[in-house]
Amino acid sequence: MNNYFKVLRPGINSTFQDLGRFGLQHLGIVASGCMDQLSFCNSNKLVDNKISEGALEFAYQGPLLEMNGENALVAISGKVNFNLIKKNGEIIKGKSNESFQISNGDKIDILSTINSVYGYFSIFGGFKIEEVKGSVSTLVKAKIGPNNGNKLKINDKIFFRKSHQTNKLKKIEFDFDRDNVIRVMKGLQVHYFSKNSQDDFFSKEYKVTKLTDRMGMRLEGIKLENTVNKNIKSEGITKGSIQVPGDGQPIILLSDHPTIGGYPKIANVITADYDKLVQKTPGTIIKFKLVNLAVAENAFQDYVRKF
Amino acid sequence: MLKKISNIGDCGITCDFGDEVNKNTNKEVIKLFNFIQDSVNKSKIKGILNYTPSYNKVIINFELGQIKSKDIIEFIKSSDYSKINLPENNKIVEIPICYDEEYALDIKRLEQKTKLNFKEIVSKHLETNFFVYMIGFVPGQPFLGDLSESLYHDRLDTPRIRINKGSVGIVEKFCTIYTFESPGGWNIIGRTPFELFNINKTNTSILSPGDTVKFKSISKKEFTLFKNE
Repeated sequence: MNNYFKVLRPGINSTFQDLGRFGLQHLGIVASGCMDQLSFCNSNKLVDNKISEGALEFAYQGPLLEMNGENALVAISGKVNFNLIKKNGEIIKGKSNESFQISNGDKIDILSTINSVYGYFSIFGGFKIEEVKGSVSTLVKAKIGPNNGNKLKINDKIFFRKSHQTNKLKKIEFDFDRDNVIRVMKGLQVHYFSKNSQDDFFSKEYKVTKLTDRMGMRLEGIKLENTVNKNIKSEGITKGSIQVPGDGQPIILLSDHPTIGGYPKIANVITADYDKLVQKTPGTIIKFKLVNLAVAENAFQDYVRKF
Repeated sequence: MLKKISNIGDCGITCDFGDEVNKNTNKEVIKLFNFIQDSVNKSKIKGILNYTPSYNKVIINFELGQIKSKDIIEFIKSSDYSKINLPENNKIVEIPICYDEEYALDIKRLEQKTKLNFKEIVSKHLETNFFVYMIGFVPGQPFLGDLSESLYHDRLDTPRIRINKGSVGIVEKFCTIYTFESPGGWNIIGRTPFELFNINKTNTSILSPGDTVKFKSISKKEFTLFKNE
């Protein structure tokens, strides 16, 4: 018997992701992978998968999926408003970060993420999706990944592996960091910016704009003055780099970033604060706090304890 | 020569070979890149996720829970990778290009700037043996050099919103081939039907850093009929 979900509404940007596709950046292939690693891993933990199993990532509004097949254990992580619509029409308000059973003919309607951007949908046993170069992450821009590298479309069928009936329901206590302080380290070209602009960047407020997606987050705030050169010789880019093009407004490069780039970088977001950052919705006011490597490495130790 | 190693955030380092962009510097870059790739493949070092060479730098990403930057820096400093000879198997790849006016969008602009006519520009482009400095920005996109000095020109003041896949562009001493439809500000002089990148092939990218590229002029008809081998 085929077990699958039929996509009745795809949502805004629903893609399969895992922890990323590595070792290919020298060929121009960025790692991609889930935006919020903790929420992603939680969704797998809730259904007893290995934490690196591929899950469906959605942004803002998620998909409406109709289940066909045997009973299955699923979970939605993050902060998500969703309903489970039973075959008989009964609507049950969903609870994120708790696993639940669904049956043939049930629908999951992922209405919206709450004060956040990304959520994850996982199923016990995993989705039947094909790895491309060792990963099921999707890079839509280059059509790399399962589902031919595309976002979900209406009428797509998402197959999942046959799972043994299980009643082990799990719950994870979870909340996002509510503060809006993002810790950063000095970037390679921080000295390209005037002393005043450096002070501004590390102390003043910046607004997350609507021009934000899996590639990057454009910010709006005090213009940063470049006193050396508005371009650099193109160099490799790392996730969380904050580049400043000629207009003086910073852009944080996120999981689907270009592999190389020619704008100077003023700072880099520390690993421990990346998940928090990507969940900030447009309009949110954030502030950057300058830290050194030792602080970042300690913060990482605290971060991994949440997994 | 490797001049400086610095941290990039808490999970990256950059190996800087100085400000000069030329083949000799880039060959040193590629030696370090080959060494890192080989060390990762042979599990001589753990926790390295990506290693990205560019004109004058190699950037290394690592998994913070697996290894720390000081261990990678120590690993690089204690190796004598610069003594390793570059593999002699760097390829020479012939890439067909059609300079038809439909594809050569910026030929007028180049004629004005270089004071050369269309034919002269094409022949200068065709006679160059291009060195592959790096691959990236988007998957498979090569950055080639060095162009004849007489063809040097700046980026467009206003980048185009859409450049077709296969377009060949030049800026300053460099030449690139757009492997995906994308925005871009390079001076477009022609288009290739040759597919440089295919994720479903074992050899995903036909070009690697260090390879040599020669362009071969084809007609519009040949362009239409062209099929990748």
